[in-house]
Amino acid sequence: MTNELIRSKLTEKFGEQLIGWEEPYGMLTFEVPTEMNLKVLQFLFDDPELKFQFLTDITAVHYPDNKGKEMAVVYHVHNLVDNVRIRFKVFTDINKPDVFSATALYSGANWMERETYDFFGVNFIGHPNLKRILNVDDMEYFPMRKEFPLEDQTRRDKDDEMFGR
Amino acid sequence: MEHIKLPPGSIEKQTTTLNLGPTHPATHGVFQNIVELDGERIVSAVQTVGYIHRAFEKIAERRPLYQITPLTDRMNYCSSPLNNIGWHITCERLLKIKTPKRVDYLRIIIMELARISDHLICNSIVGVDSGAYTGFLYVMQYRELIYEIYEEICGSRLTTNIGRIGGFERNFTTSAFEKLEKFIKEWPIVLAEFENLFTRNRIFMERTIGVGPISAERALNYGFTGPNLRAAGVDYDVRVHTPYSSYEDFDFTIPVGKTGDCYDRFLVRNGEMQQSLKLIKDAYAKVQAMKGAEADIYHADVPEYYLPDKKDVYTKMEALIFHFKIVMGETDIPVGEIYSPIEGANGELGFYLISDGGRTPYRLHFRRPCFIYYQAYSELTKGGMLSDAIITMSSLNLIAGELDA
Repeated sequence: MTNELIRSKLTEKFGEQLIGWEEPYGMLTFEVPTEMNLKVLQFLFDDPELKFQFLTDITAVHYPDNKGKEMAVVYHVHNLVDNVRIRFKVFTDINKPDVFSATALYSGANWMERETYDFFGVNFIGHPNLKRILNVDDMEYFPMRKEFPLEDQTRRDKDDEMFGR
Repeated sequence: MEHIKLPPGSIEKQTTTLNLGPTHPATHGVFQNIVELDGERIVSAVQTVGYIHRAFEKIAERRPLYQITPLTDRMNYCSSPLNNIGWHITCERLLKIKTPKRVDYLRIIIMELARISDHLICNSIVGVDSGAYTGFLYVMQYRELIYEIYEEICGSRLTTNIGRIGGFERNFTTSAFEKLEKFIKEWPIVLAEFENLFTRNRIFMERTIGVGPISAERALNYGFTGPNLRAAGVDYDVRVHTPYSSYEDFDFTIPVGKTGDCYDRFLVRNGEMQQSLKLIKDAYAKVQAMKGAEADIYHADVPEYYLPDKKDVYTKMEALIFHFKIVMGETDIPVGEIYSPIEGANGELGFYLISDGGRTPYRLHFRRPCFIYYQAYSELTKGGMLSDAIITMSSLNLIAGELDA
């Protein structure tokens, strides 16, 4: 199975709604409209030719400069029969980071989504138990967002212009 | 119940809630399970994770590539070299570095040694939890020998920080190869004895057969990978599916189980140790067969990422510049996005790395196999005995460091 075939099957089904086709390091990557992530996952799962039935990973990336589309939820799915991996992204607004949960399709999505919620605050609609998993329960922020720098930027003792801190 | 005189007004509860962990002598690591028991049967189990979360993904966003290696050590600390080399391979894929064959083979030796030491711990701990301590103490000697080999190569034992982007920090010493030969010679006998102790041991079989089983469909749906998936009968192995580090040059088989219970997981891990030994032997033979200049190569020629020799730093300008740039993390990483999987000891260990052209990763995500398959634990233990839950946990090979990252 080639990336072209996957792409043509997906465009045939979803038309122009899927955008941003790329192939970084050989892995087919595309963008899916926010409300369609489950439809695409389900289609990739059910299609007798595509058979993307193994969910490798769900995670998120925060792009603070990408106004209105700050949060990208990234799905990696794998067709174990033909050994092809693809990746797709769903962009959401950081003020309303709502994405449909894939837990009904994949049991393994449960903790992946909880982790993503824990670190990025992505709200997975339909998740049975969306609460923090690795961080403490009473944490009030989402630490992997870019506005939380690792070091306190106001520290003078570490202000080091030469080495790009 | 009629013999127990409950004080008036008390509500009779049919089940007992038991807090197993976070530090319980029977769980090897920091795991908490809140189990609901009916007598000794488990009605439900809720896992709590995150007790040793160290925010590696966040820390990695502020570090140049070579400083992330020590973070990966601390994920699956029973097989740190696998994580280290997996990370180096990710960087090399991103930077499009081609490593020499000798580096690949040396890496295979180290990676398979790490796999053996990891499976060894797991299987012997399953033994300990079913009441057989001997195997555990006996095989520890050979884990020690593996650690001594690491020590000869990188100077440390548990959290190894082994290798560099492009290869190894130094060539393998003669004594490293001597220890490897000793291992190749003695290990098969020990493994055979270890298997004799357990494989057809009636008590062990009674304790593990049919305990914590999972079907292939459920395992795939849960995102299982590695020995736990193969025990359920799916022959998925990253070393075969997406070969890296020249695994395609070797001939080896993938052991698979059938029922996905503790016994099958045990057998699959034993089978993998046999295969790992074969891989080590073959790779070592290939390394030994190399002649001339090829026989001394231990790293790729990537001056921007590979630290130069110290004597060059003192005498040559270019080496000094590269040394400075690497140590201060001044090298810009090319823009790119890559998901790079390797076959870790527990399954598919993935590194999802996004670079925006800066000196540090824009985003780095670790796909930790442990974290993903531990969610099936409550399904695996439901309806079973409490003591079976302990064995199930050890036979899944849960490593707290990998779970929490």
